[in-house]
Amino acid sequence: MKPASLAAPRSATVAAVGATALAVVPLVYLSMQIGDAGWGRVSEILFRSAMARLALRSLGLAVIVGTLAGLVGTTTAWLVERSDLPASTAWHVVVVMPLAVPSYVAAYAWVSWWPQVASFWGAVAVLAFSTVPIIHLYVAAIFRGLDSTQEEVARSLGKGPREVFLRLTLPQARRGVAAGMLLASLYVLADFGAPAIMRVPVFTWAILGAYRAGFDPSRAAVLAGALVVLSTVFVLLEGVVRGRSTEASVGAAVVRPATKVTLGRWRWVATAGLGVLAAVSVAFPVMSYLYWWSQGGNEVELAEFLGALGTTLLLGLVVAITTVALAVPLAWLVARFGTRVGLGAERAIMLAHSLPGIVVALSFVYVGVRVLRPIYQHWPLVVLALVALTLSLAVGGLRAAFEQQPQSLTDVGRACGRSRARVFAQVTLPAVLPTIAATAAVIALTTAKELPSLLLLRPAGTDTLSTRLWVWAGVSDHASVAPYALTLIAFSVFPALVAAQVGRGSVDRREVV
Amino acid sequence: MAVALAVRGVAKSFGPDEVLSGIDLDAESAAIMTLLGPSGCGKTTLLRIVAGLETADRGSVEVGGVTVAGPGVHVPTERRRVGMVFQNGALFPHLSVAHNVGYGLPRGERKQSRRIDEMLELVGLAGLGDRMPDTLSGGQAQRVALARALAPGPAVLLMDEPFSNLDAVLRSRLRREVDEAVRAAGVTTVLVTHDRQEAFALSDRVAVVRDGRIVQVGTPRDLYVHPVDDDVAAFVGEVGGRLTPDGPLLRPEDLAVSTVADECGEDRVGGTVTRAEFAGADAFLEVRLDSGASVTVRVAGGDVPAATGDRVFVARRQRQRD
Repeated sequence: MKPASLAAPRSATVAAVGATALAVVPLVYLSMQIGDAGWGRVSEILFRSAMARLALRSLGLAVIVGTLAGLVGTTTAWLVERSDLPASTAWHVVVVMPLAVPSYVAAYAWVSWWPQVASFWGAVAVLAFSTVPIIHLYVAAIFRGLDSTQEEVARSLGKGPREVFLRLTLPQARRGVAAGMLLASLYVLADFGAPAIMRVPVFTWAILGAYRAGFDPSRAAVLAGALVVLSTVFVLLEGVVRGRSTEASVGAAVVRPATKVTLGRWRWVATAGLGVLAAVSVAFPVMSYLYWWSQGGNEVELAEFLGALGTTLLLGLVVAITTVALAVPLAWLVARFGTRVGLGAERAIMLAHSLPGIVVALSFVYVGVRVLRPIYQHWPLVVLALVALTLSLAVGGLRAAFEQQPQSLTDVGRACGRSRARVFAQVTLPAVLPTIAATAAVIALTTAKELPSLLLLRPAGTDTLSTRLWVWAGVSDHASVAPYALTLIAFSVFPALVAAQVGRGSVDRREVV
Repeated sequence: MAVALAVRGVAKSFGPDEVLSGIDLDAESAAIMTLLGPSGCGKTTLLRIVAGLETADRGSVEVGGVTVAGPGVHVPTERRRVGMVFQNGALFPHLSVAHNVGYGLPRGERKQSRRIDEMLELVGLAGLGDRMPDTLSGGQAQRVALARALAPGPAVLLMDEPFSNLDAVLRSRLRREVDEAVRAAGVTTVLVTHDRQEAFALSDRVAVVRDGRIVQVGTPRDLYVHPVDDDVAAFVGEVGGRLTPDGPLLRPEDLAVSTVADECGEDRVGGTVTRAEFAGADAFLEVRLDSGASVTVRVAGGDVPAATGDRVFVARRQRQRD
């Protein structure tokens, strides 16, 4: 047994257990709800042709979008990382910017002009544009990580640049591209807003419908369970495909940047293509909402908007603080001690991360109904659900920040006669403070655009920006939707910039912000 | 001598920094030529220009009598017939050892594995063709990289610090194996290194590179015995010092020391031992001469003639041949 001063502190372990509970307990209640329905009822819900159509539609949407975004995202990643595209750093940020437009905001921008776009293929188009950044970030990181000396050797062995890319670079990136496509598909499977706006009945939307219908509480739970199973399949597939694709190069990696392929006349075609991509996925929604806003006159209720804004900001702040407070001890525990409790908690959180938001929200409904009656349909339960959704965002980054800090730093502090708690407060924590601040900001801003869990859990008579937008979108009041949409886009710019920068490595930090 | 690689007046700048300023170099056919210099001296850039991975600002490069780089000429790397071995091996991680070695062979030859087997045998790895790169040791990976570079029969083999990622024992063994393989293949080789022992052990001729210029070319012995200046002398070996202010710079083993004046030659100089350092086979005596200058003398470790504080005489030792 380790001496007490070397073992992981109890307070950190308590936080880890709390985080695990938050991630796992809702799922337990979801299973209980399904169990209560009984097998007969479950099979009655599952084995019907309507169910098969629902599953096929959800899967089809996910796979088609994943494939399209995969093709486009791989191309953009190659252009930015491996060609002599002019201003490639700026284009990298531009390609990632659609992350700043929540999918339902983008979808509504299309529908506001052309209501007939609301269809399966409309959803495909909107979601493909929204998920290109996911693939782009993923594949660009792979292209950057590949050892460029391999390509140089291949050239010296008589292979032209085309052949080197097709036969050497791409095969090594292939697994990564496939894994990125599966991630994008998972995102589509979990997305609630865009399919709902496009009137495409997929699982997420059907779950909300079943819950709202009210007379059959088990139907929503069974649908959610089915969605969990589908998502898990994608998560497992992603793990298998990614496999050992870490592109282990033998010996040390070489820092020399890869030779860029000369585009020649194609550079203008490439620039134009990227311009169209940015115009459709970012400029079009922003311009649309600016236009609708200008058409609205004074009809927008300022008080109502400010009320929703205040609620959103306050909620974001509380969620961010709670999440960080749980994530910091947990990340530290995993990075420093790697205890079983810590690693278990991390795994549970990553599992919860792969769950669609609406499933987590529905599970918290059951938790509220069964054990947390006093806070059911009150803000504390909303906060708990949102913390469960955002914990994974925080833990990964914070863990990396703690791991970058050399152990010797704390050892020196201890050797100077300070207690562990004081060293943590005076040395360890200040060093990761920038990461903590950035994480908290990203969480607060990401919370703002969250939709399904707020639709399910928010107290009656209160609204955030996203739910208010949903109400106005439901009655096709473009002018009233506009200020909410524009505010949500503005909120999401910072998280998108952070994603672009993290994907790019800290070297380019100054160029991005 | 037949020249397999000729570099003429090659210059290269990265922004305001001139990395190479007018390099001339001839590499003899089927011999090993080493570019020796400290890191940042431009030797790797020169190698990359020869390979076509960088372009020169001025000057030309000829491989096998064909101009591959020069005014208005830039033959792409894949058509220069240069083999390359990098510091980290850079094996293709998704291909087996045999496929790595066969990568540069024409399609037909790749299928029938004779050439591949031959190459693996040449580098002493016969039978390892089915292994994947991540199952190889560092030394094995480097030998596969060498086999891969040699397989298509390159006009010139370029090696950039190929041993520097390995530990000392492995390094000297691999050095010998590479030497044998390269000579058996009879390929013109240019090696880049900052390690003088590596350069001496492997090379037929060594070019010392300093601040983007070649300051001296010669056999390892030439460089050691007749360095063009004090800097080259110090870079390629230990320096003993000068017996007289305008005398030649001597190596520690060029000096003899004795406590008895008669045992030294006529040009002996008196002094006092200020430090004795035992180093196993050798020992080094630091002597302050009466003129105030200091010299270091190498003596046999088992037979140190004087201790710190002793009064001694130092003289130049005569070489067998010069």
